[in-house]
Amino acid sequence: MTEMLINSLIVIFISVGVFFILVTAIGLIRLPDIYSRAHAASKSATLGVMSILIGVFLHFWLIEGNFNPRIILGIVFLFITGPVGGHMMAKAAYFSGVPLAKETVRDDMAPLVDKEATKKEQL
Amino acid sequence: MKSNDLILQTSTRVVFFIIFLFSIHIFFAGHYTPGGGFVGGLLMASAIVLLLLAYDFKTVKEVLPFNYLAMTAIGMLIALTTAAGSLVFNVPFFTHWYDYFDIPLLGKTSIHTAMFFDIGVYLVVVGITLTIIEMIGGDN
Repeated sequence: MTEMLINSLIVIFISVGVFFILVTAIGLIRLPDIYSRAHAASKSATLGVMSILIGVFLHFWLIEGNFNPRIILGIVFLFITGPVGGHMMAKAAYFSGVPLAKETVRDDMAPLVDKEATKKEQL
Repeated sequence: MKSNDLILQTSTRVVFFIIFLFSIHIFFAGHYTPGGGFVGGLLMASAIVLLLLAYDFKTVKEVLPFNYLAMTAIGMLIALTTAAGSLVFNVPFFTHWYDYFDIPLLGKTSIHTAMFFDIGVYLVVVGITLTIIEMIGGDN
């Protein structure tokens, strides 16, 4: 009974992870510009991989009896670095002038970036 | 334009220590599990490269004031001394030896001379990698 409960927990975690990674892949193909793609990639891919790692951790801990702290470290590491990577890529894309999607109605960064550029010209 | 790298720099401060501890763990786990001096050294070098990406050369040089060329030389010397030490005991070159010691705090621990060879490999890998990166990436 417990074994079945544990196994279904592991299956749920890994299925959720695979589902989120599939959603990421579809989002990368379907979304219009780099910013919405970065939004899809950095959020749901991080969550998907973390969920799969939790499933693997539970399997090795509860079924094989091997408590593996490296997987927890990996989960924490991904949780910190995944969004930072997405942020840096989107920022680099913005400052190198990648165009926004046609549907964009508002660009809050534009006046700030212009101000910085004019300040540099004055110096 | 002076860019605002607050997010990268703050997360680097946390992530650097995770990579550093994992490098030490990989180094000591090398005898019984996958890992060892080479992988540990590369991980350590990549942690310092992450610092170099988030901060500039001058800051990292202040925080970690190592001469990486000297580090490579010391690593080579440690590895060579470990290999040559067996000649003192009248056994062939590179013969390793281990025994159990009672270290305070850690208790009964087996110490193998292969670990000292691995320390040499670790220092050589860190030193060589960072020498290459400093030579390619440095401005002056």
